[in-house]
Amino acid sequence: MSSFWSIWITVLSLGTLVGCYLLLRWCLKNFAGVPEGESMGHEFDGIEELNNPLPKWWSTFFLVTIIWGFGYLLLYPGLGNWAGLLGWKSSNQGIVSLEESKQLSAASLAEGSGILNQYDREVQQADEKYGPIFKALSARDIEDIAKDEEALKIGQRLFLQNCAQCHGSDARGTTGFPDLTDNDWLYGGKPADIKYSLVHGRVAQGMMAWKSALGGEQGVKEMAAYVLSLSGREHNAEDAAKAAPKFAMCAACHGSEGQGSVAMGIPLGAPALNDNIWLYGGSQRAIEETIRNGRAGVMPAWLDILGEDKIHVISAYVYSLSNK
Amino acid sequence: MENNIENKHEKVEKHVGWFFIFTIMAISIGGLVEITPLFFQKETTTPVTNLRPYTALEMEGRDIYIREGCNVCHSQMIRPFRAETERYGHYSVAGEHVWEHPFLWGSKRTGPDLARVGGRYSDDWHRAHLIDPRSVVPESNMPAFKWLAENKLDGKLTAKKLETFNLLTRNRGHKDEQGNSIPLYSAEDIANAKSDVEGRTEMDAIIAYLQSLGHALK
Repeated sequence: MSSFWSIWITVLSLGTLVGCYLLLRWCLKNFAGVPEGESMGHEFDGIEELNNPLPKWWSTFFLVTIIWGFGYLLLYPGLGNWAGLLGWKSSNQGIVSLEESKQLSAASLAEGSGILNQYDREVQQADEKYGPIFKALSARDIEDIAKDEEALKIGQRLFLQNCAQCHGSDARGTTGFPDLTDNDWLYGGKPADIKYSLVHGRVAQGMMAWKSALGGEQGVKEMAAYVLSLSGREHNAEDAAKAAPKFAMCAACHGSEGQGSVAMGIPLGAPALNDNIWLYGGSQRAIEETIRNGRAGVMPAWLDILGEDKIHVISAYVYSLSNK
Repeated sequence: MENNIENKHEKVEKHVGWFFIFTIMAISIGGLVEITPLFFQKETTTPVTNLRPYTALEMEGRDIYIREGCNVCHSQMIRPFRAETERYGHYSVAGEHVWEHPFLWGSKRTGPDLARVGGRYSDDWHRAHLIDPRSVVPESNMPAFKWLAENKLDGKLTAKKLETFNLLTRNRGHKDEQGNSIPLYSAEDIANAKSDVEGRTEMDAIIAYLQSLGHALK
């Protein structure tokens, strides 16, 4: 802060405090022209006003707040560039990047820095308490944690806070957001696969819109019937037979039997079509919609938000859901 | 006692004009000390390094955010408390909001803070959530905004909005090598503004805006 603004703030702040004191002193004088405690000389309906002074407790408190104000401005930053005797600050508000924020936090936490950065302290204290718990967990195998009831409670809490918005509080998902309890995986269900999905996120290769490639709305309807036939659902056999030769186009991602890309060892995110688990709905209408306009699911990346240790615990929780 | 010339306090009490003037003076000191200096501080007028201007579509989305009053229930201000940063990410700093006119910090959280909601959910999630919040979050009490998916943008005013933001943020853009402020939007950005948004739905715009939130400090 330039010295002009520093002086501006200091003069106005201290001036106000002094002004308040002078105002108090002035108002404590007896201006009324009648001795204290006597009638001011007017009455309304028998109620008379007496010339009473300001209550002692009130004026004393006023004075105390003024003294408090000076003390506060001495200890805490309030007067322009004056940092306060305690070296207190709430956080590093002037940062322009995350790197700078990290550097300043490290500097203020360094021994003998003389800075009492409240936010950094709070985080440090929490890290000292919770850090070792997560460190110990992250050193263990995900399969191992998945059998540890206590650790899973931590995982569940983190899941409810961060994952339930899409996958649901029971992790059973909803239209467009996969069920995590059923052992059917778009990108693999091994512990390392789950953790990879959480750390880096997953952007589906994306199913394109097939309407024109299938020869219009009739083609879409026929292909939907064929897809229904793969999992043995009720379908129009005539339509399905017409679409069967065209399924070669779909097989590139979904496999020739509709077994899905994971079954072929390539995590493209193309679901199995023969298992009666439907991410976007398994009715004729819903499948038509999917074929007509395509789909592209996105799982966000969580590394920057949660950090690897917490992700490790959540991965174990998710793994445990389908590996009881 | 009415004639007591010593009693100046009574004069103030009985003359509303004087009372008005002294009240204004007393109140303005707070603003002069706490607000005025901020207009001239480096911390509050320099954009953070990674800050980028809104695209034309995001700008339209921002206006829809304002129109629908999202800021009434959602803040965009993460305070420097661990309880908040654990949930929402790094606390907000002034440098992220240098180009905001008006800022949308909000003052009430019926719903969660949105200062860093960008990238946290997929576009599909936002679409499902805005059309029917309870389809993805059963306990949500957010209203549905179905019409956003139906209304189309015509882009008639988009270019003007970008120009206005250039005007409002002049001298506060990123600096070039000579230390001159670079305008937020180039002539090309402004010329393309209409075609960038025309025909897109309001849903596209507000999702683009939401996905941009907090990009500068991630």
